[in-house]
Amino acid sequence: MADQQQPWRAWPRLAVHLALLPLALLIFDAATGRLSVNPIQDMTLRTGKAALALLMLSLACTPLNRLLGWKWAVALRKPLGLYSFLYVCLHLLVFAVADYRLDPALIGQAIAEKRYVLAGLASFALLLPLALTSTRGAMRRLGRWWRRLHRLVYAAAALAVLHYLWLSKVWREPALWGVALVILLLARLPIVRPPRAHGDRHRFLLPGAQAQHPQISPERHLQQSKIRNPQSKMASAAPSSGSARPARAQGHPDAGGEPPQQAQHGEHGPRPVDQRRRPQGARQQQGDDPAHDEQALPELRPEPPGPALSHQIAGAPGDDQE
Amino acid sequence: MRGIPSSEITPEHVYLSRRRFMAATGALGAMLALGACGASPDTSPTAPADTRTDELGDRLNSFEQITTYNNYYEFTTDKQRVARLARDFRVSPWEVAVGGLARRPRVFGLEDLLRFEQEERIYRLRCVEGWSMVIPWLGFPLRRLLAEVEPLAAARYVRFETVLRPEEMPGQRDRFYPWPYVEGLRLDEAMHDLTLLATGLYGRSLTPQNGAPLRLVGPWKYGFYANVNPDVPHPRWSQATERRIGEGGRRPTLPFNGYAEEVAALYAGLDLRVNF
Repeated sequence: MADQQQPWRAWPRLAVHLALLPLALLIFDAATGRLSVNPIQDMTLRTGKAALALLMLSLACTPLNRLLGWKWAVALRKPLGLYSFLYVCLHLLVFAVADYRLDPALIGQAIAEKRYVLAGLASFALLLPLALTSTRGAMRRLGRWWRRLHRLVYAAAALAVLHYLWLSKVWREPALWGVALVILLLARLPIVRPPRAHGDRHRFLLPGAQAQHPQISPERHLQQSKIRNPQSKMASAAPSSGSARPARAQGHPDAGGEPPQQAQHGEHGPRPVDQRRRPQGARQQQGDDPAHDEQALPELRPEPPGPALSHQIAGAPGDDQE
Repeated sequence: MRGIPSSEITPEHVYLSRRRFMAATGALGAMLALGACGASPDTSPTAPADTRTDELGDRLNSFEQITTYNNYYEFTTDKQRVARLARDFRVSPWEVAVGGLARRPRVFGLEDLLRFEQEERIYRLRCVEGWSMVIPWLGFPLRRLLAEVEPLAAARYVRFETVLRPEEMPGQRDRFYPWPYVEGLRLDEAMHDLTLLATGLYGRSLTPQNGAPLRLVGPWKYGFYANVNPDVPHPRWSQATERRIGEGGRRPTLPFNGYAEEVAALYAGLDLRVNF
């Protein structure tokens, strides 16, 4: 079954580099004189839009996984986020260097005078530490703080939309981005689930083993799962639920495709036995998870294992640590 | 070239209706078309590099620049697409109806308008979006047209109503904005010698994307006819500085777009931070 998953894992990871396309097009247009007669504005607009679109795509990964069961999406979250940040940096460079020629007085005036500039800079300031701590090492060092830190992405996205809204004379498009963001955030709420999602979700979180070790976790959300157990038992019998599981038996062969929740909630799931014996340490283990996965699957997991990272950025606020 | 004989500045005794001075039956409007910010497209990049400058020594923008980067919401808010969308716009026949508080209201055909002596005016165009161009317009002062209809003493404003042809102007099918576009000037502003009805550009007929066949140009105002004022910030765009199309970086924006000497007197006694 793991073989069947292979193609699934490969293409999204390649496709994610299409994120470079807007930059390539911009460079091509600039080199061939296809920009408008106001090229600085073109560059500003195009890098900004790419940054926003990629950030939104990055934020869509977790809901896609949670609600539709598209596990492969989780692995795209980090690269999409980093590509978004690349465009943010280009956007800022165009503004500061090409447009304002690094003139501190002019830039200061723009910041003081234009709320959209302030919102944009604030968004950048929030994204910066996230990008800097996107490495496995940082994830390990920060432990549980990594997740908390990376929740800033929500604020950064909201500020980005506000930035766009405030600078637009036609607010329709930014408003649509705002609606999209609200939907993506709402989709993270525990109460938002498709009718059959209870089963799906528990298949992810507590595949099979859940029914057998419901008592393992002291966590609140686990208690909820217990209550729902009757349903999830049925659901976990579904054919599709089996595909991911066998692979898990050997460490984390599946890491690339695992939903983020597995890292956390998975403590009581089909984890290797040794982990299941330490339910109390679940939180503290977060930081270790990456390393754990890394060992198992270095080649499939060039980036920090989905678990910590993905859960971080994507996790439903209500699901962790609250 | 632009000295305004004070004798020609019409005092307020000339009066026009504030409501219907010009009820353009599809005419006067197009020339407005958020007029200030646009030049338009045509596929004929003529005009060999023109080395002429405005009175401040700034080089003219090229025909191509002026005709490919246009604010003309009647077609689209995308400045680069206006040229293509406007390509087939019918600019003839064309009529401009001038009525309201006028002794001799009348309808001008395009031929009538072209009968006014046409002259070239090199004006800076400063868009509220923070960019600017130097454009050699061809046209005649609006005051000449107004003189023909003989505004009544009660008239104080000129109301411009632009063309409404949603079948030809896709932007007008978008209800985001109210159509037709309506703009206004105080009568003394309209009678000012700088206020031009442009019929041409770079010595040729006006291109549709630039407002053909007739476009109102008030060089000390932004495209939407508020006065250019670097001291009145705009939430979206810098008004203290501007990007001259064809240049990198930014340059300071001048009060009244550099025409303060000519027009500042019109606003004497007004707080220009409030009334702009």
